[in-house]
Amino acid sequence: MTLTQADIDLEIAAEHAAYVKRLAEGAPVEHQPRRDYAPYRSSVLRHPKQPPVAIDVTKDPELVELSSPAFGERDITEIDNDLTRQHNGEPIGERITVSGRLLDRDGRPIRGQLVEIWQANSAGRYAHQREQHDAPLDPNFTGVGRTLTDDDGTYHFTTVQPGPYPWRQHVNAWRPAHIHFSLFGSAFTQRLVTQMYFPSDPLFPYDPIIQSVTDDAARRRLVATYDHSLSVPEFSMGYHWDIVLDGPNATWIEEGR
Amino acid sequence: MTKIDTSRPESVLPTPSHTVGPFYGHALPFPGGGDIAPVGHPDTIAVQGYVLDGEGNPLPDAFVELWGPDPDGNLPTVDGSMRRDPASGGFLGRNGVEFTGWGRIQTDANGHWSARTLRPGARGHNAPYLSVCVFARGLLVHLYTRIYLPGDEAALAADPLLARLDAERRDTLVAARRGDGTYRFDIRLQGEGETVFLEFQ
Repeated sequence: MTLTQADIDLEIAAEHAAYVKRLAEGAPVEHQPRRDYAPYRSSVLRHPKQPPVAIDVTKDPELVELSSPAFGERDITEIDNDLTRQHNGEPIGERITVSGRLLDRDGRPIRGQLVEIWQANSAGRYAHQREQHDAPLDPNFTGVGRTLTDDDGTYHFTTVQPGPYPWRQHVNAWRPAHIHFSLFGSAFTQRLVTQMYFPSDPLFPYDPIIQSVTDDAARRRLVATYDHSLSVPEFSMGYHWDIVLDGPNATWIEEGR
Repeated sequence: MTKIDTSRPESVLPTPSHTVGPFYGHALPFPGGGDIAPVGHPDTIAVQGYVLDGEGNPLPDAFVELWGPDPDGNLPTVDGSMRRDPASGGFLGRNGVEFTGWGRIQTDANGHWSARTLRPGARGHNAPYLSVCVFARGLLVHLYTRIYLPGDEAALAADPLLARLDAERRDTLVAARRGDGTYRFDIRLQGEGETVFLEFQ
């Protein structure tokens, strides 16, 4: 049987209603998606059925996971954070500036850590061999960037606005435009891979991936804010997106003592 | 809203996780990602395995990250895992001398991954282990697990995590020694023999 958007819409609504009911019954706010979220079909066979085993990091300062790998100047080139300058010509599309701060759960900046991004081009096509969408590739755009956060935890990228794209999970399935982010904290427990979206995208209600974050406020934290002060005159539109890493770090231990 | 006001702690809430999706292969993996051990180091070990789904099928679109201490139990603070080449815009590879402790390895078309790193040393009361973080299409939040190595049964028996697990589940965290000097560690995301995954609080 053909899977339609209407089928997925019903499943998304049911998952959201179930979450609202859990909340009403006193369950905690869910800041993270559940790994078992059937409207996103790829999750069905790829989520553990056993609950994770909890480790209380305050009991053991020697845990390997309380430290994080280091990255430095050698791991970055000067133009790695400018995705519009990595080829001989200019990529097609609306240039954008994306900037924000990388913070821990206490709001402290995470300094000198690696931020990696990847995205589709302005036509909604990834420079990836297995991508089947027949939108044009852009010879001047690979869509991959990396940078280190500065002393204030700030990162900064110049790129082009990615396009939305179809992804074949169900008939007429479209992903809202997004930029993938990969982040490291001061502890390996804070590792995060996520996606940043753009304001007021009409595809949000239809997309089971963004809707896998069933909490409305948490989902809004995935959407960047248009920031005119970040727009560069005669050059680019500016978007601000702060990132807060979940997961305990070593400073929690010091405070717990 | 995605401008966080750090003067209001109640507004500092976690950014949700999302799947890596299927199309990270030209972005995140890098040459030599699994060649973590310095060249010719006598304490080098090789670890390999499959990442498997709930039907036992290997995942060709997953990657693992390994993070571990050196043989003395010290955690590296040196960078240079993914050295970049400003001339070509490509990767230089590791320098083969320094130990960064971290690697990233994509599964191949068969769902198989492998890495060479240094045998981890013990820290505190824990038996020696490598921390593992698993990412894949379909995985909305990455998964943490650990690779313990067989051999020192007393240390494994005293490990605070392993001691809490029943025997069958515990064994999913201990790699198998292979005759060819490598260790085998499969990651089963779901179902029979499901790997123990960890949540840090």
